[in-house]
Amino acid sequence: MESWDFLRNIWFLLIGLLLAGYSILDGFDLGVGALLPFLAKNEDEKRSLIGAVGPVWDGNEVWLLAGGGALFAAFPMAYATVFSGFYLAMMLVLFALILRAVSLEFRAHDPARKGLWEAAFVGGSALPALLFGVALGNIVVGVPLDTRTEFTGNLFTLLRPLPLVFGLLGLCAFLLHGSAYAALKSEGALRLRARRTALTLAAAFGGAFFLSLVMVRIYLPAALKSVPAWAFSALVWLSLALVAAAVKKGRDGRALFFSSAAFLGLWGIVGAIQYPILVRATDPALSLTIANASSSALTLKVMLIIAGAGMPLVIGYTIFAFRVFKGKADVSGPGY
Amino acid sequence: MDAVFLARLQFGLTAGFHFLFPPTTLGLSLLLVIIEGLYARTKNEVYRRLSVYLVRILGTVFVMGVATGIALEFAFGNNWAAYSRTVGDVFGAPLAAEVVFSFFLESVFLGILVFGRNRVSPKTYRLSAFLVFFGAHLSGLWIIIANSWMQTPAGFRMEGGRAILDNFWQAAFNPSTVVRFVHTILGGWTTGALVAMAVAAWLLLKGRSAAAAAALMKTSLAVFAAAAILQLGSGHAHSMQVTKTQPAKMAAFEAQWETMDGAPFTLFGIPDEKNERTLLAVRIPKMLSMLVYLDPGGRVLGLNEFPKDERPPVFLPFVGYHLMILFGLLFILMGAAGVWLQARKKLATSRRYLKLLLFAVPLPYLANETGWIAAEVGRQPWAVYQVLRTSEAVSAVVPAGNVLFSIILFGVLYALIGAAGLAVILRTIRGGPDGEAAAGGQGGA
Repeated sequence: MESWDFLRNIWFLLIGLLLAGYSILDGFDLGVGALLPFLAKNEDEKRSLIGAVGPVWDGNEVWLLAGGGALFAAFPMAYATVFSGFYLAMMLVLFALILRAVSLEFRAHDPARKGLWEAAFVGGSALPALLFGVALGNIVVGVPLDTRTEFTGNLFTLLRPLPLVFGLLGLCAFLLHGSAYAALKSEGALRLRARRTALTLAAAFGGAFFLSLVMVRIYLPAALKSVPAWAFSALVWLSLALVAAAVKKGRDGRALFFSSAAFLGLWGIVGAIQYPILVRATDPALSLTIANASSSALTLKVMLIIAGAGMPLVIGYTIFAFRVFKGKADVSGPGY
Repeated sequence: MDAVFLARLQFGLTAGFHFLFPPTTLGLSLLLVIIEGLYARTKNEVYRRLSVYLVRILGTVFVMGVATGIALEFAFGNNWAAYSRTVGDVFGAPLAAEVVFSFFLESVFLGILVFGRNRVSPKTYRLSAFLVFFGAHLSGLWIIIANSWMQTPAGFRMEGGRAILDNFWQAAFNPSTVVRFVHTILGGWTTGALVAMAVAAWLLLKGRSAAAAAALMKTSLAVFAAAAILQLGSGHAHSMQVTKTQPAKMAAFEAQWETMDGAPFTLFGIPDEKNERTLLAVRIPKMLSMLVYLDPGGRVLGLNEFPKDERPPVFLPFVGYHLMILFGLLFILMGAAGVWLQARKKLATSRRYLKLLLFAVPLPYLANETGWIAAEVGRQPWAVYQVLRTSEAVSAVVPAGNVLFSIILFGVLYALIGAAGLAVILRTIRGGPDGEAAAGGQGGA
């Protein structure tokens, strides 16, 4: 029993890490996608931004599938409740992600409909960047569940103040991350524009973060008692300040590092508020927790072996691939 | 329309569309590894150009597979929440393992194949091609493990209405995993190889890039002919396994209404489910018993052995199974004809055969899809064979209207990206292996 508890705690942490990894990696290409029309003023600049995400976005997006797959395997009850309950919202996210996945390939090779595929890339990046936060806000603030842990709301149940503000915060975080990456991978006027945008977005992030804390104060006052949550929010503020300082000094790599740290801080807050709850129910007795939503000890152990064997390799060759594509993006050369 | 039917339609549509792409990737990635190997050994420039050409085609096919696969990772929670709660303890792990062990590998190294040719050494490039090939096949293994567990579940116990994992290896390598994996992979090799043969045939017919086209034809023909022959053996082994582990499914495949010693093989017929008979049946006596037991007197169970509410539908499994076999036999003939022409050095000039290849491209896709439909409809009425009924596996909270909405949404989306994807692939193919003509291929953004 004790080791079962241990495994459940490990998987709570690991799923958090997978989602944090997703937001840090796919976050910058979602951000670049959503910002494309604002940062790039001509075809060369567009190609340079697209070239910067082209070779890596697919590997980055796999982190989302890893998070989804791990949630299914480790906490099937939470996977079932959330994904069936948030059905229409999830269909929109899937629709956006599917369009986005093909958009770069088609933009390059289907010149007759270039504008359409570019719009698909921009919209397909912006919509998930907004909706991930809304979904997370809902499981944090609590959703109506019945005694069989089935979701009893509808699409509009999800559009409440705290989740919407979380959506805004997530969007700001993705955009900031994207602009920092764009600055790192570009030169000249484009880089200057990316840096200016990053400064504006750092301020917007700060505003949205403050608003989120207000929302938590109103709708989830108990969360304010969590000391770790305060520590993580200090990390967010500190990271934001360091992002702004790095951008001002033209240290693009450092800016990207600290916008990643800001994501870690945000996930830390969510983890601290939620633990051990996975999906908060409006009636606290019905919440899905790591205890009542988890798989068996054996499955959690098998999964831990799979993750322990697989993820170090993944991290290793992902670093290798990022080094292969290091430096400013190719404008010519193979690919898009 | 009821929610169960719509949920099945939704899954069938999304999985069926997705299943066009991974088999192509399996075959093309094998060819790429072979061609990269030939290039390393011979340093013949033709192979390098073919590698560039194949990577371009593979890149689009892979992206289509990724795009259409995203929905499936979440589909069990979306539409099959009761399924996820009941069997998630066993079923979730292979899906997660697929992502961890294979999907990352394929995606990261495909990025290097498509974008990194000038950034890595030829050796690293070759290794990347191998890792994409390896990742694609390993990915197939995990998905087949998950699917096979639905067909022949093992390694678990029921506890409080939930399937709980007892033994991971027994669950993963359940009685149908290995044979289904081999069968599916060979189907993929046949598919990718025939696509490559058709591309080569088109180049030869147009009189373009003769040396590269001939080399591509020779390589893909070898893979195609070998895979088609091997598929005969794997299909046979698969039938024997189905007869043993899912006899109701085999009875549906063959529209075998009554139990029979020395059952015939129905070459042709129209199953009439209401009256439990097969119209216009053309049968080979004792052939089915011979095929599935290697014994002309073997007893094949009929549908009447099973309670009515445990019988699969007959029409779709029967038609799907027979069409698949027909296509499989055709592939053997096509492969043999190609090898015969090749041996007489007439392949490049046999315009009739080359044209036949162009028209044959849809056939391996039809074979994959009909085989898959036969296997999955033949599993009904079970989501997990004799463990969980499909009707009890759906999401209780998702209204039928929402499922219908998602079917329309995905239908429109898949029609759009399917048409655009096909156009992009055809454009790449038209560019030819000599590169520069492929305006869209090189930095055409």
